[in-house]
Amino acid sequence: MASPRTPLVEIEAVSKHFGSGSTRVDALRGIDLTVRQGEVVALLGPSGSGKTTLLNIIGCIIPATEGRLTLDGELVFDGRWLRGDLRRLRLDKIGFIFQFHNLLPFLNARDNVALVLTLAGRPAAEAQRRAQELLDYLEVGHRAAAMPALLSGGEAQRVAIARALANRPRIILADEPTAALDSKRAGIVMDLLRKVAAEQEACIVAVTHDEKIYDRFDKLFHLRDGVLEDQAEAVA
Amino acid sequence: MNLAWRDVRHNLFRFVLTCLGLSLLMAVVLAMIGIYNGLVADALNIARAPKADLWVVEAGTSGPFAEASKIPAGTRDAVARLHGVVEAGSITYQTVEASHAGRALRLYVIGHEPGRPGGPRAIAEGRAIGRSHFEIVADRKTGLRLGDRIRLGRNDFTVVGLVEDVMNSGGDPAAFITLADAQVLQSQLAPPAQRVQEARGAGLLQSADTVAAVIARLEPGANLAGVAHTVRQWKHLGALTQAEQEAVLLGSVVDRAKRQIGLFLAILLTVSAVVIALIIYTMTMEKLKQIATLKLIGASDRTIVGLIVQQSLALGLVGWSFGLMLILLVKDYFPRRVVLEPFNAAVLAGIIVVVCIAASGLGVRAALKVDPATAIGG
Ligand SMILES: Nc1ncnc2c1ncn2[C@@H]1O[C@H](COP(=O)(O)OP(=O)(O)OP(=O)(O)O)[C@@H](O)[C@H]1O
Ligand SMILES: [Mg+2]
Repeated sequence: MASPRTPLVEIEAVSKHFGSGSTRVDALRGIDLTVRQGEVVALLGPSGSGKTTLLNIIGCIIPATEGRLTLDGELVFDGRWLRGDLRRLRLDKIGFIFQFHNLLPFLNARDNVALVLTLAGRPAAEAQRRAQELLDYLEVGHRAAAMPALLSGGEAQRVAIARALANRPRIILADEPTAALDSKRAGIVMDLLRKVAAEQEACIVAVTHDEKIYDRFDKLFHLRDGVLEDQAEAVA
Repeated sequence: MNLAWRDVRHNLFRFVLTCLGLSLLMAVVLAMIGIYNGLVADALNIARAPKADLWVVEAGTSGPFAEASKIPAGTRDAVARLHGVVEAGSITYQTVEASHAGRALRLYVIGHEPGRPGGPRAIAEGRAIGRSHFEIVADRKTGLRLGDRIRLGRNDFTVVGLVEDVMNSGGDPAAFITLADAQVLQSQLAPPAQRVQEARGAGLLQSADTVAAVIARLEPGANLAGVAHTVRQWKHLGALTQAEQEAVLLGSVVDRAKRQIGLFLAILLTVSAVVIALIIYTMTMEKLKQIATLKLIGASDRTIVGLIVQQSLALGLVGWSFGLMLILLVKDYFPRRVVLEPFNAAVLAGIIVVVCIAASGLGVRAALKVDPATAIGG
């Protein structure tokens, strides 16, 4: 894992604060972080330490207050957004996995996956085919026609992962992907994510509180009060 | 993949239930429009039935519908002799409380001269009056059937024919009898004091040989204004053209009822608009988390706006069609006529579409404001 591979996420001197004056919250301060192709990294830290905020910044959901963000070699943020169409950026480069699967309740498993493909402009038939392939790959192909409400937690999370992978994003962001699963299933999901990262030349950034799965990550980044601890150590 | 339809299908039962609720509201709105139209149509029907060009009435009155009018029966001959008049007929109108099959029955009795203008326009069943006495042609809404006998005043009348949709502006169904019978009936039903007077032979205009109006039909191309002008110069007589008669009916007789219903209709439409807006807004609010997810996975604003607007339009239009079907099914059971023109239904559909789009505006605003980050949670 030590071989220097292409960096997919590069964060330089990123800070984020919310509000101003007496209500100002410094959620992130001077974060530097690089995630390379094939890496599966975890963001750890107590509640309120800025994990979700960092994930949202990487996912181009919220802008940083200052700093630079490079995704897959493209500088997308440097004090301001450099791309007009963030929606397209997300669609092409980033896949999201949520704590709760967040599948659309009115679409069956296959259509939930196919939706992101059609949103990206693929023809319906092709989208359906690729969605089925992905579900098979994640070993939930047999549940393709089931509505999300009827899926077990683990199945639903795997469908959500299939959805995150649909457009072959190189950056997969997950906020507590295993929080709703028991430890056995959490292990299975993490192994899957590792497999995906290796096979699709992607990287995975996951927020987690789940100590039982720490061993599934290549790197652990500890956040405390908006500062990366490992970094502090590295500097010292 | 149409998200709006998928979402509806997923919650089909709820959607249908909402549509049903809305359709009841729509049915009430349509019923109100129908009642409004019916009122106007009834008022005009009774005035249009004789196919008159000119109404000769008592001077200074807007009779015979808006005000009481009494003119000598002999007027008819004088009118018929006027240049340009093809035919003329005397007519009387009176509301009579009769009883039939043990129930009180209000009739709007029209006395006319068979063979002259003033009789029923079209007989739906049976025949027109053939004998000069004691035959009656009644509107179906009276509940009378062919061959039934009904007592009016001191005489029994036999139903020989039935007509449809002839009633006065109060909704009392019409019954046609001969002018002679009508005059007798009038004197029999007159207050006793007046009858005593008449027995003594007092008062020419109080005598039995009066009618409410004389109806004249003119030759094609005849000078209507000229004839009316001539009549107005005669002592004690006035004249209304058919157009004036209809204007009087709409302007004064049904005006208040029309405004009453019109105002109520406006309130109903407002209520419907608020209800639709509320339903759509709640529908959107319930979906905010899903909308945030859609945004996060890259759905465009257009997709999201489409989802909301399509659903609200579907709701409105399904509600409208159910409502229309419902009202078409029950409209004949209304005691008074409910007249629905395709135009009315189309206008309502138009209003619904506008309301739905406006109501979606609220939801769309909330949906576009929602932060995709809310989908991530934590
Ligand atoms: N939109 C916002 N407006 C104001 N403050 C915010 C906002 N989002 C986050 N914060 C603040 O920024 C800090 C970091 O929040 P963040 O959600 O990143 O924490 P977290 O590490 O994900 O916590 P948890 O483990 O509880 O999910 C917190 O103090 C939080 O209150
Ligand atoms: Mg969080």
